[in-house]
Amino acid sequence: MPDQTTTRPGDAALGSGAGRVLLLVYGVFALSASARALVQISTHFAEAPLAYLLSALAGLVYIAATIGLARGGPRGRMIALVSCTVELVGVLLIGTLSVIDAGDFPDATVWSNFGSGYGYVPLVLPFIGLWWIHRHQPTAS
Amino acid sequence: MNGVLSSATIVAALALAVWYLLRTALDRAPDRIDLTAAGVLGVLVAVLVVVAVAGLFDGSRPADTATFAGYLITTAGLVPTALILAKMEPTRWGNLILGIGCLVLPVLVLRLQQIASVTGA
Repeated sequence: MPDQTTTRPGDAALGSGAGRVLLLVYGVFALSASARALVQISTHFAEAPLAYLLSALAGLVYIAATIGLARGGPRGRMIALVSCTVELVGVLLIGTLSVIDAGDFPDATVWSNFGSGYGYVPLVLPFIGLWWIHRHQPTAS
Repeated sequence: MNGVLSSATIVAALALAVWYLLRTALDRAPDRIDLTAAGVLGVLVAVLVVVAVAGLFDGSRPADTATFAGYLITTAGLVPTALILAKMEPTRWGNLILGIGCLVLPVLVLRLQQIASVTGA
């Protein structure tokens, strides 16, 4: 079977294989979160400044994760690791805060209610991202 | 937004998503048929986007035209992007890329319909 996958080589790039799937998903989220923040901030920033700034932060984190995955190598891996960690902390923190105290978050961000507005993908994504980065240990050369 | 065209796009995308996820589960790399099917879906989406853009210039615009335009651009770019990434990935993951693209597309089309249904004065 020529089209069956074989064992993944140890020096394969971070953004290939399953990493390329993550690249697409992170790319979609980078675009949607930052575009959403841009519209919110440019049209009605005063309504919920905290929520909109967090939207913008989330957008930047997704952009950083996408770049880290695409770039690969030790530095790309580090960028992806840091941004996925920030993403995980962010979605858990904002998710919890938005459930406990809805008053601070009158308008939704990507991470509100653990990303329920996005099918909880924002909650699952950092786990998959961190798993992939962890699994993808650079081989000693 | 053209209702029939939107529905056709959503149904086609969901059907293809099932197909691509099945291909991923069977550990198959995208073959010619997979890539051609994605290309046909891309053409369908392109027609949808062109019709939607034409709609902006005749009749009532959505109240939130900026967001609508943003979603239109994303919708137009999604399938070609997934196709390019899938071509770069000749493993099972290539089919998963196409499958996820086909799952995201209906969400974008539904959002476009929602935004289009709110028309400003």
